[in-house]
Amino acid sequence: MIREVDRSKRVVVTGPRTRAVPGATQRGVLDLDEQTTIGEVYLRSLIRTQLRLALTVCVAVVLIGGGLPLLFALWPAARSYHVAGLQLPWLALGVLAYPALVAGGWAYVRAAERNEGNFVALVERR
Amino acid sequence: MNSGYGITAIALVVALTAVIGAFGLRISRTTSDFYVASRTVTPLWNASAIGGEYLSAASFLGVAGLILAYGADMLWLPVGFTGGYLIMLALVAAPLRRSGVYTLPDFTQLRLSSTRLRALASLLVVVICWLYLMPQFQGAGLTLHTVTGAPRWAGELVVAVVVITTVAAGGMRSITFVQAFQYWLKLTAIIIPAAFLAIVWHSHGSPSLSSDTVPHFREATTITVPSDLELRVSQPVAPRVSGTVDGASYVGTLVTLGPGDHKVRRGTHLKFDKGAAVPVTTHLPSITDAKWSQPMSGNREHSLYATYSLIIATLLGTMGLPHILVRFYTNPDGRTARRTTLSVLTLLGMFYFGPTILGALGRIYAPDLLVTGRVDSVVLELPTRMLGGTGGHLLAALVTAGAFAAFLSTAAGLTMAAAAVISQDVFRAGGVRNFRLAAVPASLVPFGFALAAGGLAVGSAVSLAFAVAASTFCPLLVLGVWWRGLSTVGAAAGMITGGLLAGSAVLATILGGPYDGWPGVLLAQPAAITVPAAFAVMIGVSLLTPRHVPPNIHRIMVRLHVPEPLTLDRGEFIG
Repeated sequence: MIREVDRSKRVVVTGPRTRAVPGATQRGVLDLDEQTTIGEVYLRSLIRTQLRLALTVCVAVVLIGGGLPLLFALWPAARSYHVAGLQLPWLALGVLAYPALVAGGWAYVRAAERNEGNFVALVERR
Repeated sequence: MNSGYGITAIALVVALTAVIGAFGLRISRTTSDFYVASRTVTPLWNASAIGGEYLSAASFLGVAGLILAYGADMLWLPVGFTGGYLIMLALVAAPLRRSGVYTLPDFTQLRLSSTRLRALASLLVVVICWLYLMPQFQGAGLTLHTVTGAPRWAGELVVAVVVITTVAAGGMRSITFVQAFQYWLKLTAIIIPAAFLAIVWHSHGSPSLSSDTVPHFREATTITVPSDLELRVSQPVAPRVSGTVDGASYVGTLVTLGPGDHKVRRGTHLKFDKGAAVPVTTHLPSITDAKWSQPMSGNREHSLYATYSLIIATLLGTMGLPHILVRFYTNPDGRTARRTTLSVLTLLGMFYFGPTILGALGRIYAPDLLVTGRVDSVVLELPTRMLGGTGGHLLAALVTAGAFAAFLSTAAGLTMAAAAVISQDVFRAGGVRNFRLAAVPASLVPFGFALAAGGLAVGSAVSLAFAVAASTFCPLLVLGVWWRGLSTVGAAAGMITGGLLAGSAVLATILGGPYDGWPGVLLAQPAAITVPAAFAVMIGVSLLTPRHVPPNIHRIMVRLHVPEPLTLDRGEFIG
């Protein structure tokens, strides 16, 4: 759908204006606003990149979250296997799971911010 | 437990909540202040507030209780409670913030341009809030009862009154301060006792938890049975009984209970010798310590399915909790929303070491809770059991304070979320006055439920609320953020399917449970069925009704995904 953009009524709904965008580099923004083909391509590529990243995180969680119960169910020895004085399930779920989750979150935030930085650079360069 | 310390601790928490709430009151003026603290809260404050709101009775009391009873299988519960934020971070945190709306119904309306869907979302928000509030009130009743012996309704009433007052008086701004303070209080109140008691355990020669026997009483113990119950005995015990066992009355007689189930009447005193094997109420598994310490070792029926279902409910349900989502709108932009979520992961990870340690120690030092099934009180009772004298009392007062903070903050957050929806969608008028009025039904209805319902364990009730959230809002949010093809009809069909399936499981469990065999497992842990069903229906029906995809989808996608430094047309939305 192509919508007429009433420039006089443009308002910033989210977030303060964090940096001034020089008027001459607004082309890419206009492409997004007016849904030109190139604007659509930009947007779709941003969404695809971010979705791929998000799904990577989810797949990792599924592999570990789905794999551990299966490991314990299929291989009883793992249930009572001792590592560093703790039984494996208690070490994995009671201790290691938390730093692992934080590390995963940290890596995701870095990658997501990098993707957005690339997108902003791309749009502003145009 | 010495009730003086406990009452002082509760009074202090309530007073501090009121003071910090009043401090916020002077700042909150406008409607926007009221709902989202004018979006000027920094990530650490916000993360602490989310942590404060999220760590409920289930986390503070329930997790340790379930670990005491079920062992390694329940380690998934806190991991899932934390991991839910990683999934939320990856899938919805920044886009939700960028949507720029206050509540889940607002998001639904923005994304799908349908007021009827909005009404459906509002209904679900209120259901989830009430379902989640009920165990908070129950937990408060249990705590006050454990500490002072006061009737259960008294603690429930205290929480209800404090919550209505803070919410109606200060709104979100003061709640943000209150919640943030309460996170740090809860962390202190769980980690310090856990550390001290772990040292005590070590000084006792680190008694192990992997022997091939059922738990034994560490000292002579007298138990007064609070309600009729059935005990499962696996090793013969001979308690001194005053009361009725298996239909026969005794007055201080030694009665040998052989292996099998025994009925014990309410009010019976059972006096066990030191070293006697602990009989376990038939609601909980009667297992050896070795089996307890290993997951998937037959502690529960169909434990692989139950484990997967629990993981799905907690990982996907977190993003659908109305009181947590409203917190995301208090971030200035999408980037800070992500950083806030990452901080929440860290804060929660630190907290959950506490309940895990206390639950395991409870198996050694408070096995008598397995007799009555009141395992939820293990965190409260452990300090005085393990440490005598003033030290024990002070630690007990600290956990009591933490537990009360848990009920207050979660109940306040849920009441806020429910009140926001009720004032906007039922009273059909915004404004501070209506919001204040809405706080009353928002918390009084579940207070009534808590009075009426008794038995369900705190942790189980909360995991059902997660299952409902995961089966309704999770598909809506995930597909709404990432898939242009989501149609209004598809969204409605998916939410109704998930809501009805999960909702009927909840009703069946609360009204009639617990059940045996597969029906019992499916009803208590419905998420592994209901979440995929909701996703499938939402996607399938959307594909069949492409004409009902909202026409402004491009603008919405720009709004959700384009980072803030770019100033562009994100469409307009008046919620």
